[in-house]
Amino acid sequence: MTLLATSARSRWRPGRGLAFAVLVVLLLISIGTALRLGSVALPLDDVLAVVTRRLGLGSSQVTLLDDQIVWQLRMPRVLAAAACGAGLAVCGAVLQSLTRNDLADPYLLGISGGAAVGAVSVIVLGAGVAGLSGTSLLAAAAFLGAMAALVLVLVLATGRSGSLPPSRTVLAGVAVGELCAAYTAFVVIVSGQNDAARRVLAWTLGSFAGVRWSIAVLLMVVVVLAVVGALGYAAHLDAFAFGETAARSLGVPTERVRWTLMIGTALLTACLVAYTGAIGFVGLVVPHMVRLVFGPGHRRLIPLGALTGAILLVWADTVARTVMPGQEIPVGVVTAAVGAPVFALLLRREARQG
Amino acid sequence: MRVEVEAVAWSVGGRTIIDDISLSVRPGTVTGLLGPNGSGKSTLLNVVAGLRSPAAGRVLVDGRDLHRMRPRLRAQQVAYVEQHATTGLDLSVREVVELGRIPHRGRWRAGEDGAGRLAEAMRLARIDQLADRAWQTLSGGERQRTQLARALAQEPSLLLLDEPTNHLDLGHQIDFMTTVRGLGITTIAALHDLELAAAFCDRLVVLQDGGVVASGAVADVLTSELVAEVYGVEATIEAHPRTGRPHLVWHGVRVGDLVG
Repeated sequence: MTLLATSARSRWRPGRGLAFAVLVVLLLISIGTALRLGSVALPLDDVLAVVTRRLGLGSSQVTLLDDQIVWQLRMPRVLAAAACGAGLAVCGAVLQSLTRNDLADPYLLGISGGAAVGAVSVIVLGAGVAGLSGTSLLAAAAFLGAMAALVLVLVLATGRSGSLPPSRTVLAGVAVGELCAAYTAFVVIVSGQNDAARRVLAWTLGSFAGVRWSIAVLLMVVVVLAVVGALGYAAHLDAFAFGETAARSLGVPTERVRWTLMIGTALLTACLVAYTGAIGFVGLVVPHMVRLVFGPGHRRLIPLGALTGAILLVWADTVARTVMPGQEIPVGVVTAAVGAPVFALLLRREARQG
Repeated sequence: MRVEVEAVAWSVGGRTIIDDISLSVRPGTVTGLLGPNGSGKSTLLNVVAGLRSPAAGRVLVDGRDLHRMRPRLRAQQVAYVEQHATTGLDLSVREVVELGRIPHRGRWRAGEDGAGRLAEAMRLARIDQLADRAWQTLSGGERQRTQLARALAQEPSLLLLDEPTNHLDLGHQIDFMTTVRGLGITTIAALHDLELAAAFCDRLVVLQDGGVVASGAVADVLTSELVAEVYGVEATIEAHPRTGRPHLVWHGVRVGDLVG
């Protein structure tokens, strides 16, 4: 009893600046390592040579093959993974605070289900709309599906006076998600294509395979905007600690904040899901990990969570493309394999303290 | 801060909770809001806190319509302590008190301003020794003091307390109310305990079925007739042997009053 009281009660937390710097360095190391690893492992010197030459910082000699592998194939993929991890972590942190629900994650509002409906429709019912490549068509359909699901959830959850109570929103998200899952299963089964089920499953679990620079840049821009935007709401999110009434008494316009942030996170998630599929556990677990170390304040949680999510997903994607020679496994399998045990550890820790 | 409540009404789902309530609070006084369960105390407090907009009437603070003020400006002047605040987060006492600085901070400002205000708020609520403790480990009395410190960090001119002593033992009840009394801030507190109200309030307002049935100085309001009528309790009001303030001795529930 006294032991617990002294050990678990000290409230020292690392400084924000130091923690930020450490995580940035870790992210850069992770990116560097991820660029080295793959079907061909490259020495770090070669990777650095390509990157510095491309950034105009040096003029060392590099082979065309190294340049292709590092800059055209691996770099966009690694950056997309980092952006995606950061975005998912921020969405999770924001939604967990808004709904006061520890289980909230970016897919809470039926978004991944809606995206899957769009993606599956393209995969199974046939691509081939003129003027669009398979990948962009898939992304466009997934994005539209995610938006449709979001609209449906909001229609179901919104009260007469325009209120958006979190519990009803979560339930509406679950209902829409189930409906989408039913459609997805139905289409896959009746299509009779042997390949369809495997491809749908692979899409659902997420992958960064074949991500181009244009997509990586798009995702990075969207995520940076989202992180800055979320930081602007950090104090408002803190105010929700003791619930909605307490937040309102602190001068937070709760309905407006909730609408803005719910739709903001939904749009961000839809962008991420559209290009990479529904990667689970990052948005759920990362905010919990960061809160445990750095405390629940959102001025820390948002930037540090974004960096942690980025590091985590860079590694998850690296494992996904290197662990089985000659074959990629979906990155969602890796995040679940890491995320579930971490989550279990957090639960046990909390159970011991409670 | 002078508070004028003018013919305020609030209803939900077609059911009127409070109706035509008017009262006036002088600056620097402590007003006790009394009444049985369901009489509308909490609702009235919520309206005065700006958390609910009245269906009719208005609330003026120093002559300004409270419900037309921007929420952030309102929160710089009016602080509210709810009955039983809970959180699932692992916050320290200092972090909870810091929440009170939110209305005074700009959106992009870093969180280090007002350190002096925080220390002052914690000193006034007498929790300076607890600053680094985890909220989750606090006792009921300590939690309520922490919430009071959070409210004081808002630098309010009006303090609203919703049954602040409900979960506290007798010692902590008296302790808490003594602290509030000593602040000198205009305060409106919904209270269940008539004894506490009589001892610590300047004026009392008694609600029943969503309307005011009595208001004024403690000695004028707290009579055995009123206690019988509003609470259905037979009681004698005596002078407190030491302070001389009104003091209630109850005899029992009036037969038949609590049936049905």
